[in-house]
Amino acid sequence: MLDVKAGDEQSFALLLHRYRSPLVNFLYRMVRNREQAEDLAQEVFLRVYRAREDYIPSAKFTTWLFRIATNLALNSVRDNRYQRMEISLDAPVTTDAEDGDEKTMDVAEKHPNIEQHLIEEARRRMIRQAIEKLPEKQRAAVLLHKYQELDYEEISKILECSESALKSLLFRAYETLRVELAPLVAQQARQ
Amino acid sequence: MSCGRMEKKIMGYVDGRLKEGERLEMEKHLSTCAVCQLRVNEFRAVNLLLDEVPMIEPSAAFDVRVWARVAAEPAKQSWWAWFAPSPRVAFAASMLVLAMAWIGSQSGSNLPQIDQADIPVLENYDVISSFEPLTELPQPVQAEDTTQQNQEM
Repeated sequence: MLDVKAGDEQSFALLLHRYRSPLVNFLYRMVRNREQAEDLAQEVFLRVYRAREDYIPSAKFTTWLFRIATNLALNSVRDNRYQRMEISLDAPVTTDAEDGDEKTMDVAEKHPNIEQHLIEEARRRMIRQAIEKLPEKQRAAVLLHKYQELDYEEISKILECSESALKSLLFRAYETLRVELAPLVAQQARQ
Repeated sequence: MSCGRMEKKIMGYVDGRLKEGERLEMEKHLSTCAVCQLRVNEFRAVNLLLDEVPMIEPSAAFDVRVWARVAAEPAKQSWWAWFAPSPRVAFAASMLVLAMAWIGSQSGSNLPQIDQADIPVLENYDVISSFEPLTELPQPVQAEDTTQQNQEM
């Protein structure tokens, strides 16, 4: 980031290459819409670019990056919630975009047995829905902890809470997931 | 360690992020508490289930869109860049500032020096101002009259 601050565009290209996938995935899990997640990820990079001259390395770059992303995601989730409340109940039901997105992996080739494929798909959907049901701050904590593998100190700075509050957030989130995914958890525990 | 205290440490234990002392304390508790041991096992199972959620790839146009938005950003200029289009104006302005500073310093040194001893001081003003007979005196005469009187003297 210090090279980007010095005006090195090549370093910005490296940042983009390194963080685009983690950011898009994090935002996708937060807002549940691929197009919106990509728009938000672009906005994060744009804000990084705009702030490059004022950047002070007081915290880890990832902390700063995911703090911008989390704030954008939380605002977007809240905006979406209000929008959904305004949508008429008569509106036609559309399928979840994610189903299509994640099918881009060629699962059928890996699993010639269609029945097994459907079972796995249902299992994944159940996990996704359990994550989606979490309150947004708990969801952000789980995503940053589990998928970005950030340490507690970083996550607590991103979510602007104490480490102790973060541990409680994670505990409550895992408790909810444990209950929501009880059949799969029992199955997993037997293995 | 009580079950209540487990709450804050259980995730750290499942992740393997606890310090050695805390880990040993946790294992000591788990060896005697079946409920907490079950919870640890279930949290581990949840952790494994979360691994099953596949990642998505950003679209092919993602980078292009980011660069397009970056290119559309207006160039940031620092305050001194305002002078850049006309170095002559900048030079003239700086010379004007220097000239004004020099004139200011010269005019300050030409002021007449006043000796403190030459300043007349009204002595015992507080005594005179409260001296009763003075209040009965007529109004002070005009300045012109005083100058005339001085000339007569």
